[in-house]
Amino acid sequence: MKALVWHGKEDVRYDTVSDPEIGHPRDAIIKVTSCAICGSDLHLFHNLIPAMLPGDILGHETMGEVVEVGSAVNGSLKVGDRVVIPFTIQCGECDQCRRGHFSLCQRTNRKGELGDKAFGHRTAGLFGYTHLTGGYPGGQAEYLRVPFADTTHLKVPDGIDDEKLLFLSDILPTGWQAAVQADIEPGDTVAVWGCGPVGQMTIRSAILLGAEQVIAIDHLPERLSMAAAAGATIINFEKESVIERLNDLTGGEGPHKCIDAVGAESHVNLGQPDTILDRAKQMMMTENDRPHVLREMIYACRPAGVISIIGVYTGLVDKIPMGQAMNKGLTFRMAQAHVPRWTEDLLRRIEDDQIDPSFVITHKVDLSEGPAMYRTFRDKADSCIKVMLRP
Amino acid sequence: MPLTNITGIARSKEDPRIERKGPSSLTGPDHLARALGWFSIGLGVTELLAPGRIARSLGLRGKQRLIQAYGARELASAVPTLSVDKPVGLASRIAGDAIDLGTLALALRRNNPKRNNAAIALALVIGITVLDIVAYSGVKAAHGRRPGGERDYSSRSGLPRGPQASRGLARKDFDIPADYRAEGTVAGEIPHAVASL
Repeated sequence: MKALVWHGKEDVRYDTVSDPEIGHPRDAIIKVTSCAICGSDLHLFHNLIPAMLPGDILGHETMGEVVEVGSAVNGSLKVGDRVVIPFTIQCGECDQCRRGHFSLCQRTNRKGELGDKAFGHRTAGLFGYTHLTGGYPGGQAEYLRVPFADTTHLKVPDGIDDEKLLFLSDILPTGWQAAVQADIEPGDTVAVWGCGPVGQMTIRSAILLGAEQVIAIDHLPERLSMAAAAGATIINFEKESVIERLNDLTGGEGPHKCIDAVGAESHVNLGQPDTILDRAKQMMMTENDRPHVLREMIYACRPAGVISIIGVYTGLVDKIPMGQAMNKGLTFRMAQAHVPRWTEDLLRRIEDDQIDPSFVITHKVDLSEGPAMYRTFRDKADSCIKVMLRP
Repeated sequence: MPLTNITGIARSKEDPRIERKGPSSLTGPDHLARALGWFSIGLGVTELLAPGRIARSLGLRGKQRLIQAYGARELASAVPTLSVDKPVGLASRIAGDAIDLGTLALALRRNNPKRNNAAIALALVIGITVLDIVAYSGVKAAHGRRPGGERDYSSRSGLPRGPQASRGLARKDFDIPADYRAEGTVAGEIPHAVASL
């Protein structure tokens, strides 16, 4: 089959690889009908996340049709079913799964000892990601082997386009969880840093959850225009002071809830000197992430406010103002999305026309164009916000 | 050697294996920049470790410290050149080339017995400078955003009922789960807390 394969920093190739096979009775094989490039794939593209191996198949936003099931899938899936595959692999039985913490599943990381060493305790297996999370082959491919398939799928109905359903695999539940873990209340002012695909979903989720005012922060005009389309007030941080504007918009009090939809790779520019220092340290491998957004959120947030982190961080960050955070009594919530916890509800909202996630797709191309689209997406060229691939 | 080779991380046997490699996301200028980055490291290490030999061969006696400083500069340029911020590294290499050319021009004086060596080095640096400029312009062209080419997505709300009608729509049948509540924060006043003041 054909697949997008990681070969090293900035080197993704459209390779021919052997077909996946059922390796365990709980496995299923799906024929991929649509997949996408995620912002967190760019951390792999930039080789910022350790424990990738040349030859790893990328991709964790995937949907398709079941073509083969293992003997222990127990009738929960059958050949021909149309499914969206969450980026998290969950057993559905461990203590974390029973609590709804699916991205922390204790059983599905097949390289759990690496996860234990890296994180203190293992987290769930993920598709198309580092070997710290199992190193499972990803779904930017013609076929995908789904481990724990009886509990790692969302059946979706016919009659709704892939474009509307694909993002149930990641960015829609991720954006939803960003808003939920901010504990948004009607009347809140919510500031969202980053208007990439997850930020866009977060903005829509905050509005559906009743936020009175949503403020979107970015520097790319096309992304800000998409944020404004959902009713967000926009701040271009290259043209105006984020802190001053946030204070203006909140009567000097600051936002009730601040959401980080950027993570490890804050934009580097002269107006934010800390980002230059972070970038230099990142190049010298003395700091993993560039946490400018985190610093700014802590400073801007209203005392006793909530900081919700959904952008992916990879490791060590420097110069986090804990004194500000502690003295302001901020609450921090963060996690990789517990995808299946939200997907049934979100599918219903798509069917009910409350949200149509297809708005975010700016590029729809054949899988063979994947390597070039990694470049386009990373360079933010051609007003690219979200790439959908069809094998 | 990748760290993963040292740590012994390996792909699982049952996973798909590459049968034939296809086209890469790396462009020609990316490959050139990468080669120049590694060249910087090689030259930088040489200048740091063997400044005396270089100085003697070019007739630049007494300039060992300067050559070592150039070595450090080469290494500093190599880091961004090998990173995703290649234009920064290549620009610093071009600036370094100008300094190198100036220094080598001094070694072309008539009374320098190693004048011929200096002339050869000068020619090599001119060649490298051309490659640096080609790589810089190529990388900028391959990875830059076209100014003023931004699309307007202001019609893409993603909320079929419109932003205003959608505000709070999910509240009709969704409560923030108990384990996601940030109790005692800015959510609202607590009457008995105010009364007890």
